[in-house]
Amino acid sequence: MSTTTAAPAQSTEEKKASTTTVSGSVAVLEAILAEGVNTIFGYPGGAIMPIYDALYDYQETLKHILVRHEQGGIHAAQGFARTSGNVGVVFATSGPGATNLVTGLADAMIDSTPVVAITGQVFAHLLGTDAFQETDVINITTPVTKWNYQVTDATEIPAVMAKAFYIARTGRPGPVLIDITKNAQLQKFEYEGYKKCEHIRSYRPKPIVRKEYVKQAAELINAAEKPFVLFGQGVILGKAEQEFKKFLEKSGIPAAATIMGLSSLPTDHPQHVGMLGMHGNYGPNVLTNECDVLIAIGMRFDDRVTGRLDKYAKQAKVIHLDIDPAEIDKNVKAEVPVWGDCKETLPMLTELIEPKVYPQWLQKFRDFEQQEQEQCIQPELHPASDILTMGEVIRVLNELTGGDAVVVTDVGQHQMVACRYAKFTQSRSNITSGGLGTMGFALPAAIGAKFGAPDRTVVAVIGDGGFQMTLQELGTIMQSGIDVKILILNNEFLGMVRQWQQLFHDKRYSFVDITSPDFVALAKAYYIDGQRISERAQLQAALKQMLDHKGSYLLEVKVGKENNVFPMVPQGCSVAEIRLK
Amino acid sequence: MSKQEFTVTVYTENQIGLLNRIAIMFSRRKINVESLNTSPSEVDGIHRFTIVINEVEDVVKKLVRQIEKQVEVLRAYYNTGEEIVWQELAMYKVPTDEIAEKVKVERLLREYGARAVVIRKDYTIFETTGHREETDKLISVLEPYGLIEFVRSARVAIIKASAGFHEKLKEFEENIPSEEVIENEFLNRKDEVFSM
Repeated sequence: MSTTTAAPAQSTEEKKASTTTVSGSVAVLEAILAEGVNTIFGYPGGAIMPIYDALYDYQETLKHILVRHEQGGIHAAQGFARTSGNVGVVFATSGPGATNLVTGLADAMIDSTPVVAITGQVFAHLLGTDAFQETDVINITTPVTKWNYQVTDATEIPAVMAKAFYIARTGRPGPVLIDITKNAQLQKFEYEGYKKCEHIRSYRPKPIVRKEYVKQAAELINAAEKPFVLFGQGVILGKAEQEFKKFLEKSGIPAAATIMGLSSLPTDHPQHVGMLGMHGNYGPNVLTNECDVLIAIGMRFDDRVTGRLDKYAKQAKVIHLDIDPAEIDKNVKAEVPVWGDCKETLPMLTELIEPKVYPQWLQKFRDFEQQEQEQCIQPELHPASDILTMGEVIRVLNELTGGDAVVVTDVGQHQMVACRYAKFTQSRSNITSGGLGTMGFALPAAIGAKFGAPDRTVVAVIGDGGFQMTLQELGTIMQSGIDVKILILNNEFLGMVRQWQQLFHDKRYSFVDITSPDFVALAKAYYIDGQRISERAQLQAALKQMLDHKGSYLLEVKVGKENNVFPMVPQGCSVAEIRLK
Repeated sequence: MSKQEFTVTVYTENQIGLLNRIAIMFSRRKINVESLNTSPSEVDGIHRFTIVINEVEDVVKKLVRQIEKQVEVLRAYYNTGEEIVWQELAMYKVPTDEIAEKVKVERLLREYGARAVVIRKDYTIFETTGHREETDKLISVLEPYGLIEFVRSARVAIIKASAGFHEKLKEFEENIPSEEVIENEFLNRKDEVFSM
């Protein structure tokens, strides 16, 4: 791959032995390997050809997955990062290749997913001349990256790559984009080896934990009568699932997850009372406005969680644990802000709290659950009519997987239903586009999720609308031979928009009626087996066949056309005004 | 809470693209930047931004935290007019004949703290520093005498309570987290701080 050359005369003997001449492209690949990443999702093109040329010699150590569209590439990198806990890496060429990454970067930014995107760029001397496939990628991606940087000189590459991985994975993770001009990819330079970045003076990944805040938080918790824990993805990102569980079990406090926090605590944990938010569970939403102390852990009070802010938990004292100081007081004012990595702060808090139980308070959640069970859950999971519901598909899936599968969801009604009803036994099992709500996320993310967790069953639950946004990635599945189960819940509508049009726009169904191709035939065209069902009697066997099938499989389930997802907190309403129908 | 004028001071690395990264923080929230100055600070390699906006304090506070979160930003502060000493520089180009005939130059210089930078046969350039109203006043005085061109710099401001940036930078350069305390309205006991 590279040849050792005589070092310049002025160099020391030591240096002579340790430097080699390599191209910028080789330095990029060496950096990725040194960071412990062995899978790259990408799509070649003119301006990134030198990197792809170098990649040719790295096929034994670096797996490159050729996607069918750069958006698929970055969603796959996100899926990889989410299941593996490592950084996802995506390659794209300049111009359209790079602009196709934007949706995924925005998605990774809002959902704090560690991704490093490498884009090729035109030769440095052509920058600003409207050269072929030239786009100002740095300025386009600035608002949707945690950090981005343009390299025009190969000697910068090792340090810049080290910085990129360090920034992507530390603190509150996020996407980083490195744009490398073609001349820098080609340029040979004296390579002194790769050194991981450990410190950037202008970057504080973690705020300092302040003991007195932890103490104050513990005092509030110890004095509370109706405390309530909200947990988000921060628990997963901080790899603090055990610390969280210990805290929760000692405290005895009921806990509800944000959509991104799901699976960090097993669904059947006795203190797990469900999901928060617009389509979350009844009790957690209503009782948010009854608790006396609200303990938010690694979550950011998104508007889909809080509903109307001025009527959100006004009676409660809020303790907010977050690694990102900019999240404190952003939406909900914190009485006690516990800055820091929850892997560090949770054990400190656990130490200071008294072991307690809240049987009556917990019962209140269970009482609300009973109401929800009767009015929403039962009809959804065990419908009386012949028409299949999305919920019962998920119920049967749970029965067959035992909750051990990675469930990747797209965006819309099926996402809400899957997140409401899917059972999770282990962390990093719920992969969804939470903050950005990116339709078309699931199929490519599932590909990445499988590469990130090759030993786990990965089921992509997708609507008929979202599937048609990125179905070209069936080609990626075909070529890579990966095993992804595709479960399409087809209601022949853009269901979530239709639901809103029904409830808030007098049933004026404006352009939500979507027709689909023969999905099974489409899969067949990609040599992927599958079938379509529409009868309850077929459901169990069909899901079992999908799960047992060797290799990828597409199961299309025809579900009720005009079913709605309930409960629902209508937009502009308080969480306590959640509707059961 | 009503909108008021805030001066935002940002210390950053000297990096291409950073101006954009900071500017979009304002445009994202549809906040107009009234004045923006950027130049090297007293510390080598560190740039200082001085940005003037009209906003409610609550928004400014969140905004400044989000600016400070940017990887290449070292520190960001926001201050009201009372907490800073600020100046703007203004330059005025006027025809020399008019000025020589009709205005008492010495009186002008004294009254507005102005000084002549260039005096040529065809034109004269005055310069003055001060607050917006002061530099504005000199425009109205000079206008009747055929003011040819006028330019004003962005605001530069010194924070009255600031202890400078040298010491802070040393802390940032250390590999361990600094003992720096982020201001918080809920707590004023700073003695029990420790780092992990």
